[in-house]
Amino acid sequence: MTTSSSSGGIITQFYNCVVLKDHRLVDDYVYVQDGKIIDPAKMFFDERRAPDVRIDCGGGIVAPGYIDVQINGAFGYDFSNDTDIIDEAVDNVSKGLLMQGCTAYCPTTVSSRPEVYKQVLDHLGPRAGSVERGAEVLGAHVEGPFISPQKKGAHELATLRTAEGGLEAFDECYGLDRLRRNVAYVTMAPEVSGVLESIPRLIAATGIRIAAGHSNATTAEATQALAGGASMITHLFNAMHPFHQRDPGVIGLLGASGTTRPFYGIICDGVHVHPHSVMIAYRAHPDGACLVTDAMAAQSLPNGVYKLGEMDVDVHDGNVYIQGTNTIAGAVITLAECVRNFARFTGASKVEALESATLHPAQMLGITGRKGVLAHGADADIIVLDHELNVQRIFVAGKEATRENVVYKNKL
Amino acid sequence: MRLIIRDDPKAVAYYTANYVRQRINEFKPTRKRPFVLGLPTGSTPVEVYWHLVDYYKRGEVSFRHVITFSMDEYVGLPRSHPESYCAFMHRHLYDHINLRPENVHMLDGNADDLAAECQRYEDKIKEVGGIELFLGGIGPDGHIAFNEPGSSLESVTRVKTLAYETVLANARFFGGDVNKVPKLALTVGVGTVRAAREVLLIITGAHKAVALAKCIEEGVNHMWTVSVVQLHPSAMIVCDEDATLELHVKTVRYFKSIEQVQEQLIGRQHIGLKGSISKLASSDPADSFGSGVLPPAAATASKDSNTSDASQSSADEDASDADDDDDDVSSQPFSDDEDRNGDTATAATPAASTPSPANILADSSSDINGVRVDDSLTPAAPVGNPF
Repeated sequence: MTTSSSSGGIITQFYNCVVLKDHRLVDDYVYVQDGKIIDPAKMFFDERRAPDVRIDCGGGIVAPGYIDVQINGAFGYDFSNDTDIIDEAVDNVSKGLLMQGCTAYCPTTVSSRPEVYKQVLDHLGPRAGSVERGAEVLGAHVEGPFISPQKKGAHELATLRTAEGGLEAFDECYGLDRLRRNVAYVTMAPEVSGVLESIPRLIAATGIRIAAGHSNATTAEATQALAGGASMITHLFNAMHPFHQRDPGVIGLLGASGTTRPFYGIICDGVHVHPHSVMIAYRAHPDGACLVTDAMAAQSLPNGVYKLGEMDVDVHDGNVYIQGTNTIAGAVITLAECVRNFARFTGASKVEALESATLHPAQMLGITGRKGVLAHGADADIIVLDHELNVQRIFVAGKEATRENVVYKNKL
Repeated sequence: MRLIIRDDPKAVAYYTANYVRQRINEFKPTRKRPFVLGLPTGSTPVEVYWHLVDYYKRGEVSFRHVITFSMDEYVGLPRSHPESYCAFMHRHLYDHINLRPENVHMLDGNADDLAAECQRYEDKIKEVGGIELFLGGIGPDGHIAFNEPGSSLESVTRVKTLAYETVLANARFFGGDVNKVPKLALTVGVGTVRAAREVLLIITGAHKAVALAKCIEEGVNHMWTVSVVQLHPSAMIVCDEDATLELHVKTVRYFKSIEQVQEQLIGRQHIGLKGSISKLASSDPADSFGSGVLPPAAATASKDSNTSDASQSSADEDASDADDDDDDVSSQPFSDDEDRNGDTATAATPAASTPSPANILADSSSDINGVRVDDSLTPAAPVGNPF
């Protein structure tokens, strides 16, 4: 077989599969070259090429790789606490997540002191995915510290702050330049002093996106945040004012008519949010659902007690509590499990469940040109699943990730 | 000219695809001696291509040494436009089979010099040795490719202005907006099609009936360009019953009886794919005409069984019109024709399938008018036919 004189590396064709395309699962092929998804007609007529490698998907589903926009750590590593070994943390978590079918993610930091941000943010910035380095890092998700003390969850009270100084306060805490270079989005509480006015200015100064979370805000305050440019809600239902019929708080944004409603992260481990609540939220605003794990360092660690940063946590069969309390410290679920749970909780179709972990997070981050879709020109981050939505094969930047070529370790 | 009449478009598509498959396999193409195929676009070819893709996926045909030439292409439409003929062919055929990209030839409707592009195309056809089999359809006005009424019957590949009727007919692919339909097209000429060694036209639907009648029952005429098939030494038309609506009853009966006679008196295994007869019916299995086709039942048993034979098929067809393709045709394309689609060119199941003359006549359940014609590959025109 001769290849033409045209450019480009080997061409891989995924066949014998149904492809997630145009909001449907269709009998089709996916073609990959040089880490990107390519247009087969151009390949055929312009480049005069035929596929070099053909991958039989066994009749399974071909979908974009999963995208997790809220994850604090895993495999014993924590992005907020392992400041001295932050590169090692990113390395191992990236590879570990890749092997779970997550091909891109936002490493998340909890409320921390300014020194911590100075130390870690530059190491949590965008980094391309590969078999050698693991899942793509899309930029950090900085959760806090401009959040409500009443809704801090497992965050440390002493780190929380207010923003009376406006942009100055954010600069002093994170460094605006550091935000611009490394951060995908920041979670803050609209009712915290100085936050509402700062939202549009922060967006203009740094280009980051803003999420409302860990907040007691009224619906009126939350709506103002939305108007100011906030586009995401962080782990809907958790660490926010519960739904009340006369003031639904941040949750109420799912019912805001006459305006573009925000995306919302939602944790589908069955623990953080009751399955019925997931269904109610989904049916209220299906296009906004972004499945997140909010996983913490104990993810993929066996049951036990661990010292994670300043906290002692108790990992027990999928539940993680701050030792001695009823406060959930975080989740230990994988995104692939979240997708399966979500489909079960809500009755969503396979397409809808898959899109909630791929297309919607990519839309929230504004990166649908290259992530979260199997479109010509997009990055070839691909997963092959069976029809029960179990991940069977994983490809990042066009290359298959296997146990042999993706090697990582637990910290502990 | 052979006229093969089948019940409906699905049966027509199946017959055609099966024929193409057998022609390719019998030809045994190689790199030095490729099989050159001319291909049309349109809704009937879609189903033919579907079958060809299926044959390929089942390993029953390979396009490795097949070269294709398309009949036409719009001028000025980007290749990436979903309605361009490039996109159509890729979507329905090229993307699914092992045709080599360098063996696919499409007219370039965006070339700077359209006349030179047409000449290049003609030259390329000559370079590869001419077209072995040209598939085509027919327009309601009797045109082949875009050779609209008034086209010279000796025309070559050139730019044509589309007839208004054609533009209107194509508007449905452009959101119903006549203004969006291209008005110019590059097309192979009538002469180009005539130069092919064999021409196979697929004609289905009542709206083609007048055109079919004009083209085969009246004179050769540039207002009905498909009529040139009358002058071609190796032409075949596969059509459905609806397309015969304007034909004389005796024409239809005649062509149906041809297939019947061949089966009964000659025996399918003695008739070549293109109609040549080796000898009259014999019971000697070693006599069957079976050059180079793929082993039969190796393919799935559920479809086109190469092993079926006249007696088996006629037994299945048992006399009634209700025992028809129609029931199954809407679902699995293959389940219905499994028994009926015989293959004259196969060496398959010798003993069981070779009918003796006595058997054939005894088992025939079709009446002389061909009410139930076996959907086999029996060509309609024996050697020395009086046409």
